[in-house]
Amino acid sequence: MSTHTPHPDLPPPSSSVGVVGWLRGNLFSSPLNTGLTLFAAYLIFLTIPPLIEWAFLKADWTGQSREACTSGGACWVFVNVRFDQFMYGFYPETEYWRVNLAFGLIVALLIPLFIEHFRKKSLVVAFILFGYPVIAFYLFGGGIFGLVEVETAKWGGLMLTLILAIVGIVASLPIGIVLALGRRSDMPIVKSVCVVFIEFWRGVPLITVLFMASVMLPLFLPAGTHFDKLLRAMIGITLFQSAYMAEVIRGGLQAIPKGQYEAAEALGLSYWKSMGFIILPQALKLVIPGIVNTFIALFKDTTLVLIIGLFDLLGIVQLAFTDSNWLGYSIEGYVFAASVFWVFCFGMSRYSQALEKKLHTGHAR
Amino acid sequence: MNNHLGKSCTYGKSDQILLSRYKQISKGEFATMNKLHVIATSVALAAAVSTTTYAGARVDAVKAKGFVQCGVSTGLPGFSSADDKGNWTGIDVDACRAVAAAVFGDANKVKFSPLTAKERFTALQSGEVDMLARNTTWTLTRDTSLGINFTSPNYYDGQGFLVSKDLGVKSALELDGASFCIQAGTTTELNLADYFRANKMSYTPITFDKSDETVKAFEAGRCDALTSDQSQLYALRIQLKNPGSAMVLPEVISKEPLGPVVAQGDDEWFNIVRWSLFAQLNAEELGVTSANIDKMKSNSKDPNIRRLIGLEGIKGKGLGLKDDWAYNVVKQVGNYSEMFERNVGMGSPLKISRGLNALWNAGGVQYAPPIR
Repeated sequence: MSTHTPHPDLPPPSSSVGVVGWLRGNLFSSPLNTGLTLFAAYLIFLTIPPLIEWAFLKADWTGQSREACTSGGACWVFVNVRFDQFMYGFYPETEYWRVNLAFGLIVALLIPLFIEHFRKKSLVVAFILFGYPVIAFYLFGGGIFGLVEVETAKWGGLMLTLILAIVGIVASLPIGIVLALGRRSDMPIVKSVCVVFIEFWRGVPLITVLFMASVMLPLFLPAGTHFDKLLRAMIGITLFQSAYMAEVIRGGLQAIPKGQYEAAEALGLSYWKSMGFIILPQALKLVIPGIVNTFIALFKDTTLVLIIGLFDLLGIVQLAFTDSNWLGYSIEGYVFAASVFWVFCFGMSRYSQALEKKLHTGHAR
Repeated sequence: MNNHLGKSCTYGKSDQILLSRYKQISKGEFATMNKLHVIATSVALAAAVSTTTYAGARVDAVKAKGFVQCGVSTGLPGFSSADDKGNWTGIDVDACRAVAAAVFGDANKVKFSPLTAKERFTALQSGEVDMLARNTTWTLTRDTSLGINFTSPNYYDGQGFLVSKDLGVKSALELDGASFCIQAGTTTELNLADYFRANKMSYTPITFDKSDETVKAFEAGRCDALTSDQSQLYALRIQLKNPGSAMVLPEVISKEPLGPVVAQGDDEWFNIVRWSLFAQLNAEELGVTSANIDKMKSNSKDPNIRRLIGLEGIKGKGLGLKDDWAYNVVKQVGNYSEMFERNVGMGSPLKISRGLNALWNAGGVQYAPPIR
């Protein structure tokens, strides 16, 4: 007796697999999509080849002066010649190692935090929060252990952008948590202080805060007292961002079901313990996208210090445009600044997504 | 000059950079800033009035700290900018260096505070900077209401015209019916309207948001002429693909005297800042340069030169400085001509001709009282 052997499956029609299938499914599935695809392809054709030609094929890369730019494309010589200045501002060249060391140190300190089974993470975090700022402050500013003093007026470029952003991020998160908790507190004075603080700082634009710090404050201070301009900007940015951070975190706190609060109380946990062990870990996890969003906004907002005469990355690039030896290369400068900002913001965004995935423990659908 | 907040005071040229930034900010914030500026000004006034300083306080403070803190712009070609080594250069920067040379005998004893147009007067009033050399136009309002004193213009600027050489025009009066590329929101527009009305000519304005766009439009031939402050026109001209194809017309239709400013209350300091520039102008007039001043010092018989160098006459007594104060200024910063040519003139990429800034005996208006 012959056994029935089913006929082997036929391969799917060639039009539904491989490249052709993908194209049909994704790009040409309907007349409308076909039209849109063709339109998009046309736009890409219009913009990308000239861009590549300008930025790479016809660009000039090496040289010392504008005479080196003869090919008609981008003049990266401009960025090349000024690269150190874009990175370090007016920081003395012989002291660059201090900046590199300080930023290298923070990267080295952050690495253990990414190692899954590293035990003493809390020690490292404590050091980053309390020990590192002191070390970094003296490395940047000098003035002790034979380090040459470098006044903050000489800090600039990417270095200044990163300092402002890191200080803002590190300081605004804890302040924001405290404010968010305060706003939801039952104690009337604490609550109203937090509400007033948050609403005040959210109600004014950052640009006014910076103006206030740089233009008005000196007039109120007694003559002769000079408050470092960078410090004023840092305080302004931190207070401003803390208010935003507080509202993001409050969103997380409100999303936690009431049962969690009650359960924590039923266990007999004190306020700080219930917040620290039950509520905040859940709330912060929920609002990671919001927090990172605020960080990215903060990072980009640092460019506003330009209006008070501090040269962050964008400021120093714009200053370079005004060197009469390099007039007319603003596009190259802006493209460079934009790419640096993009790399940092994209990095933050990817990190937050990775973090969300790692902490993904059941709420996502 | 730009006047983007719609107020009666005018702002410095580097506002163009700022202006482009402000454009990105919402109107609501504009209003806030505007108000803030009003408050700032009134507080500044109060502060200026209430501050009681004895004469010479600023000079003493400067001498005690050992350097001059000088407010400059956050970047304006030829006036103050940083080269690729991070050194500040420009005609305004040299004004500060000249003062440092006069006071300390060392032009490098100066620290620069880059200031935006809004901050500049506060910085001066609050004593954050000792002097301001920040392409600041001398006007009656500023001179009388801000508690500040203008020393003497180190650069006479004014609105001018850039035209294509192909147009074959030699004077602005031949521009009847022409179209003009203008940056929006600046008093340039108003000056242009005044000038054409006064000369009974017609024109078509084409306005743009940013100076780059204005140049691009001019280059593309969308307008016959471009109008802006003359010092700007030269900087814009370099950005053309072929700078030789355009020329700046000789007419200047507005007055923009730019010069160093000090806070009121210390006339000694005012004198020092003012005479540092006068020393450079006198040196040019007498043919003394940084190169030949040493030779002049040892063998010149001309009493004018000997007084300038501090060998006879009043020397440094009147200013409370060392006898060789003017020698140091000229030796280290150069005379006015050297300073001008190096930063904005033929020795620089800007190639601005002396024009109004020539000495009084060479067709310009730069005139310094004699040192005697």
